[in-house]
Amino acid sequence: MASGGPEFAAANGLLDRRILLGGGLAAGVAGLAFGQSAEVAGTGSPEWMKTPGRTFSGYGMPSKWQEKVQRPFTPAPGRAGTGSSRTPLHLLEGTITPNGLHFERHHNGVPDIDPSKHELAIHGLVRRPLAFSVENLMRYPMETRIRFIECPGNSGGYASAQPAQTTAGGINGLLSCSEWTGVRLATLLDEAGVQAGAKWVVAEGADAAAMSRSVPLEKCLDDAVVALYQNGEAIRPEQGYPMRLLLPGFEGNMCVKWLRRLKVTTAPVDARDETSHYTELMPGGKARQYMFLQAVKSAIVKPSFGLTMRGPGLYEISGLAWSGAGKISQVEITADGGRTWAQAALGEPVLSKALTRFRLAWKWDGGPAVLASRATDETGETQPTRAAWVSRYASGQFYHFNGIQSWAVAADGTVSNVYI
Amino acid sequence: MFTFKKLAHAGLGFLAVVLAARAQNLGRPLTAAEIAKLDLTISPDGAGLPDGSGSVAAGAEVYARKCQACHGAEGAGKPQDRLTGGVGSLASDKPVKTAVSFWPRATTLFDYIRRAMPIQAPQSLTNSEVYAVTAYLLSIDGVVVRDAVLDAKSLPLVKMPNRDGFVSYWPPKK
Repeated sequence: MASGGPEFAAANGLLDRRILLGGGLAAGVAGLAFGQSAEVAGTGSPEWMKTPGRTFSGYGMPSKWQEKVQRPFTPAPGRAGTGSSRTPLHLLEGTITPNGLHFERHHNGVPDIDPSKHELAIHGLVRRPLAFSVENLMRYPMETRIRFIECPGNSGGYASAQPAQTTAGGINGLLSCSEWTGVRLATLLDEAGVQAGAKWVVAEGADAAAMSRSVPLEKCLDDAVVALYQNGEAIRPEQGYPMRLLLPGFEGNMCVKWLRRLKVTTAPVDARDETSHYTELMPGGKARQYMFLQAVKSAIVKPSFGLTMRGPGLYEISGLAWSGAGKISQVEITADGGRTWAQAALGEPVLSKALTRFRLAWKWDGGPAVLASRATDETGETQPTRAAWVSRYASGQFYHFNGIQSWAVAADGTVSNVYI
Repeated sequence: MFTFKKLAHAGLGFLAVVLAARAQNLGRPLTAAEIAKLDLTISPDGAGLPDGSGSVAAGAEVYARKCQACHGAEGAGKPQDRLTGGVGSLASDKPVKTAVSFWPRATTLFDYIRRAMPIQAPQSLTNSEVYAVTAYLLSIDGVVVRDAVLDAKSLPLVKMPNRDGFVSYWPPKK
């Protein structure tokens, strides 16, 4: 399409995605990406080869050299457990978030729940109100699914008038993806016997905010899971130990942590977090409510703010795409601020309602460039421009932002957030 | 249509078989008394509201002791969320969303205060104190009169300024 030979797929150095799918320049990219070997054999071994290493540990921790890979958070005086910490997306690879780096959003701290004293109650419009102990839930057939969880306030900074100069994780890090295992909620609801007229389920957590949300019964009978395990181990306290609700593709806030109660009802309850929060005021003064689906979205994480480019050459552009409606079908990348677009390679397998890693080789000529990604999901939905997203709502609204995001690369290699 | 219905029935039958195979029947029956102790949910129609009642005057006293340090005098906010004011601003260029200007239901205020506030000691207020604080906050913008007393009967009848301000997007529009 663009000039410069058969490998270029769009202007300003974007190469064909097939280059990453095998052969071609892949070896060159890998070589550049990993740099030179640290040691040369035969001329003296490093100290760690000359003394026995440390002993075993009951639970492994990351290398001390990785200590800067942390979830950023800002504790609020007087209410230290209220707020959020963010997944450092720009410092991670692949699609699965390590358990210790899954984003947190707490409304009054992390409770320390004794699983032997915790039950999940199901009541309301059911024939048999029931309580399930953790031990008993463990005996039910389990399902394992890789799914993202995203806070509906994620990327809200993008709605502000000026672009925030912060990392990709700082902007988009209320987003994580795990392999979740648990019991299908439909199984438990069936055991309780949902009565005619039931349409909603009010979920509640056992934290000091008793977090509560109304969930459509339809979703509860579809792919909802009472999750007990995250990436193979018991869910961490920050993620809801001993159990959380997992509603694939829906607002993270609805995936109620420390799940203790499900009340089957005819109508939603207008809980604080579905009226005050996670609703968008439109021009004219009406507000959108119950926008549960996390819409199609993407973000480039490499390069991004704080990850400075080191001179012209071949780079890999890499990022994450996701949609609460299903699978990602396409991600396009521009290096010229949106004038020309090239298709990125999608990391296999592309899973429904999970993070998808996209990559594209980029031959940076050292000049200014504006990078952006634009994802489309299997329902045909494509990300709107930022301007189009902002125009839908009244001033100051920021929930459910899914507009196109972009980074400006300066000639000196620094990367900044920019609106296009 | 006939074929579709047959298919749908076959599908439901299959689902029933699958669910039956999964059922372990390990749920412990809950008694009505247990449910009453567990259930914190207040519905917009007032279902779930407990006994007790509270006046604006009693609420002002509770507010001063337990809420004002975070939410400011008369709910004006700072350091934490602003609760009052902003009524009539939602359609303007500078909408101010507060509990009183934006929340559609007085039951939500009661439900949230009772389950989650005050933040250092949630679920420590008596039901009458929760009614009282709710009445006090609503009185500041004149949503209820200064001598109002709220209880399980009167609270659901309070018409919030933004009662009809929400448009449901579930199920999603095509």
